[in-house]
Amino acid sequence: MRRYPFERTTTMSNDTFERGKVRIDEKTGVPTTGHEWDGIEELNTPLPRWWVWTFWVTAIWGVLYCFVYPAWPTLSGGTQGLFGWNSRTEVAQEIGELQTTRAPILAKLNAASLSDIEANPELLAAARMVGSVAFVNNCAGCHGAGGQGAKGYANLNDDDWIWGGKLADIQTTIEHGARWDGDKATHSSAMPAFGRDGILTPQQISVVADHVRTYADLPNAPEPTAEGQKLYDENCAACHGADAKGNTELGAPNLVDAIWLYGSDKPAIVNRIVNGGGGVMPAWKDRLDDTTIKALTVYVHSLGGGQ
Amino acid sequence: MSQTTHHAPGGGLQKRIETNSILLVVAILILVSIGGIVEIVPLFYIKNTIEKVDGIRPYSPLELAGYNIYVREGCYTCHSQMIRPLRDEVERYGHYSLAAESMYDHPFQWGSKRNGPDLARVGGKYSNDWQRDHLRSPRSMVPTSIMPGYPFLAETPLNGAHLAEQMRMLRVVGVPYTDAQLENAAADLTAQSAPDDPGAAALRQRYPNVVINDIASKGGVTEEDALVAYLQHLGVSVDFKLYDDKANIR
Repeated sequence: MRRYPFERTTTMSNDTFERGKVRIDEKTGVPTTGHEWDGIEELNTPLPRWWVWTFWVTAIWGVLYCFVYPAWPTLSGGTQGLFGWNSRTEVAQEIGELQTTRAPILAKLNAASLSDIEANPELLAAARMVGSVAFVNNCAGCHGAGGQGAKGYANLNDDDWIWGGKLADIQTTIEHGARWDGDKATHSSAMPAFGRDGILTPQQISVVADHVRTYADLPNAPEPTAEGQKLYDENCAACHGADAKGNTELGAPNLVDAIWLYGSDKPAIVNRIVNGGGGVMPAWKDRLDDTTIKALTVYVHSLGGGQ
Repeated sequence: MSQTTHHAPGGGLQKRIETNSILLVVAILILVSIGGIVEIVPLFYIKNTIEKVDGIRPYSPLELAGYNIYVREGCYTCHSQMIRPLRDEVERYGHYSLAAESMYDHPFQWGSKRNGPDLARVGGKYSNDWQRDHLRSPRSMVPTSIMPGYPFLAETPLNGAHLAEQMRMLRVVGVPYTDAQLENAAADLTAQSAPDDPGAAALRQRYPNVVINDIASKGGVTEEDALVAYLQHLGVSVDFKLYDDKANIR
């Protein structure tokens, strides 16, 4: 009869196997498990002691944890743990401690006027510290980490201010934002869409765009024209001023300097005249507390361009 | 094969279970279900799971479309929507997230990874224009960003054909859409896409705090418009000036 290699060749009876034929292995001195297959037996090497201890420690830890911390759901809620710990109480407590630590200096900031803060080195340093943190967290997305701005988002380092660069102006702008839907006191004036709404013809827009470029003496600017001047006086001067120096009350930018929020080439200016509108800034008075806004105001004012 | 059956040593109950596959399956099911019974079942009956807060409403159709895009593009793989009750997170992002704030998300977008910042309270933090610029080219806004750009969203018309069905489906699983909201899904979608749409007032009434989107493109509503509407709604529903932290300590 042919024997297949996987067939059992020992004479050990099934009965013997089930009870386990545990013996001491001669070579290693370790007991076997009693499992045997084709003459191959398994050593019952003990688990490393560190492993066994770790196992028991974690098991005991798990049981204790269930009593110490909130763990098990009950019919009406859950176990609260021996010490009543919970994360929401803890975070409230931690923030309370933080507020206590900061309270003295924040109270001083709160009590001082914006100009007093700037005049007092201690308060200025505190305001700049609070302000810089709030700035990177809330403002840097648009205005850049260093306040350098981006196309369409104002640079806060220069001395060109759309809504005014005095302390009070900056504070108002931070509190209420610009063209922000959810704030009634927001800076709301916006440039008309001269092209889209058909106030000016494309040809007129081209002429007035050329003309506007003459004010700042931009590269490749054409000569001023009488037609351009007339169009400017009739359509632009009301907000940007007869001298084109802008009006921070209306958020109308200065057109005679070298700072151009949306670009100074002709297509960029034509685009502004065609579509009008203006940048949107969120109102922060509901997101940040008053002291933080004061600190931010001083911080932004001290970036370099404050008036 | 007469003597080859392998039996576990020890005998008794363990041997019975290990040698009877049906019994083994039953035992496994019992063991596994303990986890479910302990961790999931109580959520259906204990009252303190979800805070009682005012202001949470179901998504408007445009926001819901944005939510779908958020899920489709896998935003949750890099952005969480879960401000944990830890001091540093509360300092940076604002009040920790409440369960109630995501109770109408199916599935919720808490996420577990923060390659990008947490988005639980990003609504209202930036202008719509910023969100658009940033989605199209993240590094034009944040030079150090590693987020991929999604410029194609601005060029992809929004397919809102199934939003009403989705809202109906969500109602089945517990999102309290009213009949009026379901009936006007298409109208509300349009109304939220145009500042001067005549349906804006009705939309605002059906969905308080809704941000009417200034749709940039003339070619109709795009996926970008929907995603921006969704982002602008994140975390703005609860007025934390009125919220009682202590009452919801648990």
